[in-house]
Amino acid sequence: MFPEIGHFSLILSLFFAFFLAVVPLIGYWAGNRFLLEAARPLTFLMSFWVFLGFMILSFAFLSDDFSVLYVSQNSNSQLPIWYKFSAVWGGHEGSLLLWALILSAWSSAVAFKVRTLPEDTGPVVLAILGVVSTGFLSFLIFTSSPFVRLLPDTPVDGGDLNPLLQDFGLIVHPPMLYMGYVGFSVAFAFAIAALITGNLNASWARWARPWTAFSWAFLTLGITLGSWWAYYELGWGGWWFWDPVENASFMPWLAGTALLHSLAVTEKRGVFKSWTVLLAIFTFSLSLLGTFLVRSGVLTSVHAFASDPTRGIFILALLILLVGGSLLLYAVRAGQVRSNVSFGATGREAWLLLNNILLTVLTLTVLLGTLYPLIFDALGLGKISVGAPYFNSVFTPIALLLMVFMAVGPLSKWHNTKLKVLLVSCLVSLFLAVFVSGVLVYLYEFTVLAWLSLAVVFWVVCLSFTDWFNKVSAGTKGIIPRARQLPRNYYGMLLAHLGMAVTLVGILLVSVNSKESMLRMSPGDKANIAGYEFQFDGLSHVKGPNYIADKGQFIAYKNGHQVAVLHPEKRLFNARQQVMTEAALDAGFTRDLYVSLGEKLEGDAWGVRIYVKSFVRWIWLGGLMMMAGGLLAALDKRYRRKAGV
Amino acid sequence: MHPVRKKRMLTIIIIVTILGMAVGLIMYALQQNINLFYSPSQIAQGDVPINTNIRAGGMVVAGSVARDLATLSVSFLVTDFQHQVRIQYKGILPDLFREGQGIVAQGKLNRNGVFEAFQVLAKHDEKYMPPEVTEALKNAKVGASQGDVSVQSTY
Repeated sequence: MFPEIGHFSLILSLFFAFFLAVVPLIGYWAGNRFLLEAARPLTFLMSFWVFLGFMILSFAFLSDDFSVLYVSQNSNSQLPIWYKFSAVWGGHEGSLLLWALILSAWSSAVAFKVRTLPEDTGPVVLAILGVVSTGFLSFLIFTSSPFVRLLPDTPVDGGDLNPLLQDFGLIVHPPMLYMGYVGFSVAFAFAIAALITGNLNASWARWARPWTAFSWAFLTLGITLGSWWAYYELGWGGWWFWDPVENASFMPWLAGTALLHSLAVTEKRGVFKSWTVLLAIFTFSLSLLGTFLVRSGVLTSVHAFASDPTRGIFILALLILLVGGSLLLYAVRAGQVRSNVSFGATGREAWLLLNNILLTVLTLTVLLGTLYPLIFDALGLGKISVGAPYFNSVFTPIALLLMVFMAVGPLSKWHNTKLKVLLVSCLVSLFLAVFVSGVLVYLYEFTVLAWLSLAVVFWVVCLSFTDWFNKVSAGTKGIIPRARQLPRNYYGMLLAHLGMAVTLVGILLVSVNSKESMLRMSPGDKANIAGYEFQFDGLSHVKGPNYIADKGQFIAYKNGHQVAVLHPEKRLFNARQQVMTEAALDAGFTRDLYVSLGEKLEGDAWGVRIYVKSFVRWIWLGGLMMMAGGLLAALDKRYRRKAGV
Repeated sequence: MHPVRKKRMLTIIIIVTILGMAVGLIMYALQQNINLFYSPSQIAQGDVPINTNIRAGGMVVAGSVARDLATLSVSFLVTDFQHQVRIQYKGILPDLFREGQGIVAQGKLNRNGVFEAFQVLAKHDEKYMPPEVTEALKNAKVGASQGDVSVQSTY
């Protein structure tokens, strides 16, 4: 009974989404106030029915209703209750429903705030969100309904959630990632609405900014969580694989970062208008492309779960319609939003333009590397994969260049900067950066690339503090009152930039200073890795709620003192008979000890991975700092004022 | 030159330079890092470059997994049910590696026709079959039914 209600409520939500997409637009062209104002209630109605559908599916999972096909495929009566809940988005259908739910949540958030927008722009924004919702809800209902029933042959028990997904990281990672992905739909809707109404001024950018910053912060958190999850859960200690699915989330992040910066220029100086609009379209298109890549299974990926080609075609059609439609609109209307303010070659605009060029180039290199196998295959040239070395060798130099300029941008002033002032700060920082990193590299014998990256890190840190100090020391008031007067926006930027530097430290040191070894060990064996002695004590059998496991005990010593006891596990999950590695970690600020069990070999010997990972936590610490920076920027007081005030 | 034009020129020069650098980097990196996939039949027929990074894959032949007793070296056969290739690997195999399972390995083919892998991939999901392997199996089957009818495919 309940699943049918769930299905019905999704159909109702599609119905309202369709009206939301159509009615306000008719109202806009006909100049009818009543139709325009229908946008708000329609948004709430649509969101309510999606929410109800989601709740009913969650209830089906929590109550073990295996008559629902999707539940029986992704859950099991033995599954712990929190995983039963997260199993709702553990498969294709449910994660699409989560997509739709989050889209409707963003739409409702816009609807709450819609009164701060001009009378005709707000409803058009909601209508565009309605168009996107209509597309996704029909995709959900027509190709992948989560409420398909198995009647009358109801299975006794479910097939279980993929053991890899039975983890805290996977409870929070998809919702956060989707919050980011889908959040860019708001910036997209703003951009399209601006093209339709021709209303693209500085206050347009001021409305779009906090929304973009919020989604960017969520996406940053989502990617960070995903990387952290891969590190501890996949059992081989990598934190980024340049896998197509990771790239799918990384491309919108890169484009979104560019958008965040170009919105700043558009708001403050009124330039780059049409470029900003194009970036907003581009960013959301990449989110859609990401969904297509993940959900259609066209690419070989470690994330690729069994998939169905008709779904791929549906979402490809949706992608082409939305992206093609908006680009067409852009081509027709962009001429009207051209800006005619000029800017100087050393002003902040120029630096941000450089930022945008570099970020766009980065996005395109990732896009090319991700789609290259598809193009190659379509041309009949064979099946290829583009490996991580491609991305590392192309991405790293451009990203380092970007970070060099990242530190200079904030120091410069809008319109024009005196070159001399810039040069003095830069030269001092350059000297400090080269010197300090040179000493470190000399002491630890790193490579040239490591030296370069460390220099960039110190460069960013020096210049960021120089900038802050310049701002707080100017004027007659003391440092602390002035520091408190600086806007949140500014601190957000500072935090995000420093976060970038912290992440770079982590990436750099984990790749040049880590010790990784794969060993064959029997109980009683000892191994020396990077100054730590690991002793394999032995194994015991343990029983979990839905698995049995071999649990190893390793003791790590440093200089004869015990540092940590590590318990890596090899789990065999009952329902799927699937084996899973559960790595054991001793996390630290400057190093992680990482032990995971490989395979059981002859006798009592095991293949064992033992890693000492240098500064690996910094990668995610930097990610969290960037997220916090994004949130701070989004919460700046200026955005709370009403439009036109 | 007019200042506005001069600035435009400068912008365009910067964009072109950066794009040029990026394209150069991309071409260079792509040249070295494209890994073509070859099926066991293609390897057996000898149309595969030696000592070049490639990918190979197929179903792991039951009973073919042989381990070294002192190190982590392991070797096994993969098949597309027409031909077999021996794969050598030193390290820990993924959790989903099993006999009869489809896998993809990355590495180089040596002069003796043995594939020396530095990475062996099996996927997240036990129901999942790498698309390359699916296609290799399909091609092998088609080739067999056209060429030699007496060979029975075993799947």
